[in-house]
Amino acid sequence: MGIWRTLWESLMAKRWLLPVLLALGFLLSFAIPLLGLLNQYVQLILMYVGINIILASSLNLINGYMGEFSVGHAGFMAIGAYIASIFTVAVFPSGAGAWLFPIAVIAGGVGAALVGMAVAIPSFKTRGDYLAIVTLAFNMIVKSVLENIEAVGGPRGFLGMEKLTTLPWVFFWTVVSLWIIRNLVYSNFGRGVISIREDEIASDLMSVNTRQVKLVAFVTSSFFAGIAGGLFAHLLQFINPRMFDILKSTDILIMVYLGGIGSMAGSILGATIYTVLLEWLRPLGIWRMVLMPLVLVLLMIYRPRGIMGLREARWFVPARDLVAGKR
Amino acid sequence: MSLLFLAAGMTYILQQTLNALQLGSIYALIALGYTMVYGILTMINFAHGDLFMIGAFFCLVAATFLRLPFVPTLLLSMAGVAVLGVVIERLAYKPLRQAPRVSAIITALGVGIFLENFTLALSPYPQHIPTLIANTTWTVGGVSISSLQIIIITLSLALMVLLDFIVRRTMVGMAMRAISWDKTIVPLMGVPVNRIISITFALGTGLGGAAGTMYALAYPVIDPYMGILVGWKAFICAVVGGIGSIRGAMLGGFILGAVEILVVASKVLPSTYRDFVAFGLLLVLLIFRPYGILGKPRPQKV
Repeated sequence: MGIWRTLWESLMAKRWLLPVLLALGFLLSFAIPLLGLLNQYVQLILMYVGINIILASSLNLINGYMGEFSVGHAGFMAIGAYIASIFTVAVFPSGAGAWLFPIAVIAGGVGAALVGMAVAIPSFKTRGDYLAIVTLAFNMIVKSVLENIEAVGGPRGFLGMEKLTTLPWVFFWTVVSLWIIRNLVYSNFGRGVISIREDEIASDLMSVNTRQVKLVAFVTSSFFAGIAGGLFAHLLQFINPRMFDILKSTDILIMVYLGGIGSMAGSILGATIYTVLLEWLRPLGIWRMVLMPLVLVLLMIYRPRGIMGLREARWFVPARDLVAGKR
Repeated sequence: MSLLFLAAGMTYILQQTLNALQLGSIYALIALGYTMVYGILTMINFAHGDLFMIGAFFCLVAATFLRLPFVPTLLLSMAGVAVLGVVIERLAYKPLRQAPRVSAIITALGVGIFLENFTLALSPYPQHIPTLIANTTWTVGGVSISSLQIIIITLSLALMVLLDFIVRRTMVGMAMRAISWDKTIVPLMGVPVNRIISITFALGTGLGGAAGTMYALAYPVIDPYMGILVGWKAFICAVVGGIGSIRGAMLGGFILGAVEILVVASKVLPSTYRDFVAFGLLLVLLIFRPYGILGKPRPQKV
């Protein structure tokens, strides 16, 4: 018994483990659709899980690590979805869509990031419940504006995207977003983010530039939400403003708080469990939406900080932070 | 000739003022529920909009299946929603009083989603409310006033005056205000905190139920998702007025009602921009008065 345990632990300690696993995952994401290793439905679920992971981890940066209360995340997703779709449908020459897809997605992310800058400004002065209002109003305003722009279909929605989102793309963007957010959080900048959560006035006194930190955090978070939106639009091949209203924002909030605030593994867990559970309960019909919130309420009563709480999985924490026992 | 135009303009304005008062009183009743719970528990009860919807559905049950006239329907739906509110508080919110605030908020969201989908499971199609109040319309100087509007406005104002009286002039109200001031010392002074919190929930949600009934009578087609938008709008009313302040909630409700009707009535923008302008103006207001109009800034101690 002992020898297996020692082998396992020495494997876990190897520095090449994570890159090798990621490369394997990437290859697998190509192999699965190519060789049909899993059926189409399961592949679709995997792609939704990936998109939700990006959404949950980007919101986790604001709500979990920075301790704010932003409830309008679907608004950024909407902006990314619409901009990416405009690019692939109207701007790019047809047929080049698959090659220029990353540019469209990034453009969606950049658009969402620019708007995120605008939303960050009220966050400098307001906190807590008032920021909830601001972000909620922002979500409603985005939805309302999109409903009034006839050029993108208004309330009838936007059609005509090709199914450009594939499993490798989703895997790629999920890994990129997790990597960037995780690096951000464990940097000096990230310490500033966490310090704002712990005590904003004290961190301001300790020369943390709270305005800049909040701005960069909002911009990053909205950028990735926009990316997720672009991927979502090209998976579903149809978007309309009602998909991105407060209900969608609530879904993302639940994923974040279910998994555990302030924990990357938590947002992965929360997104996966939420997506998979909703699909698994589909045979129940409408009653799954009755059962699921009950499960959520029970979970909140017995584990108020989410499944992972504030703890982090070992793989996410950089080596220099992994002093014995310290998180 | 220009006098005629002026008169026409005046009647239009009066007409829209009446509409604004009707909408505003419904928003104000719901906003009161939010603000009372926040004042006493520092918690935003996001399920409140859905309790408003349940009030409308209780009205449906009372009017359609039990065939009750208006007053018993109103009382039944208020009582029903009050009981449901207390039950929710005991089961879902009480265990989380010591937990971080965000857990309580997520729980509230979960309760709201549960209520919506439970009602949807029981009633998949939008339902129609029968007419309970003979809707006579009078025309006074070109302005058409319906009896329904008068009843909604006067009833709402009466309920608000009653609530203000309870909060300011009774022992229960004093206990409520004391708990919102300081939650730790007050139990030591012999105030039964749990009971007062339950009474607060009952009052707040009861008002929401009354708003649901009146909304159902004014716009007789109801569906389980009607509480979401109205609930969030009423929440914004409560914050704009200053969350925690009862008079603020009333003020905020009427302000939003006025802004919404104004946007549609002035015909400057198409009416689909209604929500956009309402939320935008409220955002602007919050930028200049971040604690709401009648709110007290809570100083942060370092």
